[in-house]
Amino acid sequence: MPHIALPEDLIGIRSLVNYRPDTGQPLYALAQILLRHDSPLSTGERELIAAYVSALNACTFCTCSHAAAARYLFQDEQEAVDNVLRVYQQAPISEKLKALLAIAGKVQADARTVTAEDVARVRQQGATDRDIHDTVLIAATFCMFNRYVDGLATGTPSPDDLNAWSVMGERMGTKGYVI
Amino acid sequence: MAYITLPAGKPGMHGLLAFRPEMAPPLCALTDALLRSEEGLSRGERELIGAFVSSLNDCFICENIHGAVAQQHLRAGDDFVEKIKSDYQNSGASEKMKALLRLAESVQQGGQFVTADQVEAARLQGATDLEIHDTVLIAALFCLFNRYLDGLGVLSGDTPVTFRERAADIVSRGYCR
Repeated sequence: MPHIALPEDLIGIRSLVNYRPDTGQPLYALAQILLRHDSPLSTGERELIAAYVSALNACTFCTCSHAAAARYLFQDEQEAVDNVLRVYQQAPISEKLKALLAIAGKVQADARTVTAEDVARVRQQGATDRDIHDTVLIAATFCMFNRYVDGLATGTPSPDDLNAWSVMGERMGTKGYVI
Repeated sequence: MAYITLPAGKPGMHGLLAFRPEMAPPLCALTDALLRSEEGLSRGERELIGAFVSSLNDCFICENIHGAVAQQHLRAGDDFVEKIKSDYQNSGASEKMKALLRLAESVQQGGQFVTADQVEAARLQGATDLEIHDTVLIAALFCLFNRYLDGLGVLSGDTPVTFRERAADIVSRGYCR
C-alpha cells in the first residue's frame, strides 16, 4: 500500500508523476535528456549505471525496470547486465565503464568520498569530462528517484515477474520517458 | 578545483548548469515547482527541508544557500535554521514540521527507511497527502543536488555575505531565470 492515495491503475514512478504532473513532467524530461539525448555513454551504458545505483539503494522497482531497459538496449550482450549487478569488476564490460561504476558507487554511498584519484583512474581509461559528469549526475538522479519511489511505497511487481519487467524494459528502450 | 572543467565565475549549481545547459530547464522547473509552490507547505518550510537534508548529507553549498533562503522566507531568528539542523525536536518548529522533518530524515537514509508509523505521525499533526508527497520529493531532490555538487568536487567560493545575497536573489526571482 502506498503511503498516500496514488492513481490505483499505475505503479512505481508512473503513479507519482501522474499524482503531481507539475513535478512529474520535469522529472520525466530530466530522465529523457540524461538517459537518451547525446552523451559519450551509450543509452545501454547509462541504463546500466542507473540499474547499478538502484540496486545499491535496494530499490526493486528502479533496479528491475532499468536492468530490463539495459538488457533490451544491450541486445545480444544482455548477459553483461546481470553480471554487472552481481560483480561488475568481473563483468564483460570495458575498463572505462568499470572505473565509472566505481565512481557511481561512491556517489551513491557518500558523494564526498569521490577523490581526484578516482577521477584520474577513469581518465586513464579514456573517460572525458562529459563521461564523468553524466556518470555522477545519473548516480545522483537515481538516488533521488529511488528515494521517491520507495519513500512513498509505490506499487511494484514481483522481481520474479520477468515478463512484466521485460515489457517495461522494451517500452523504456523504444519510447523513452514520456508521460 | 572541480573534477571537470566548469565555466569560470559561476558559483555552485550555476557552473554545472552552464556546463550542461540542456539539463537546466527540467532541473529549474522541478526546483521551482517544489520549492516555490505555496499549496500546502510554505516556501520557507520547503527550503527548511532542503537545508536540513543538505546538512545531513554535509553538502556545504546547499545547506548554506538553502538555509539562508529558508531564513529569509520564514523571517526567523538568526539561529533558527541552525537549531533545526542540530536538534529539530527541540527547535521550536511546529509539531507538524517536526513530523515532516522525521520523514525527510528517513528519506535521506534511503526510501525504505520511511515507515507507515512515521507517515501516520505526520497525519496526526495535520499533514496532508500533498505535504507528505512534497516532503519526500524535496528530501529526495536534495539527495540529488548534494551528490551532483560533491561528487564532482565543486568547491564554494562563497562567504556568509554572498550566501545571503544569492539567497535574496532566489527569494525574489526563484529558480527559473
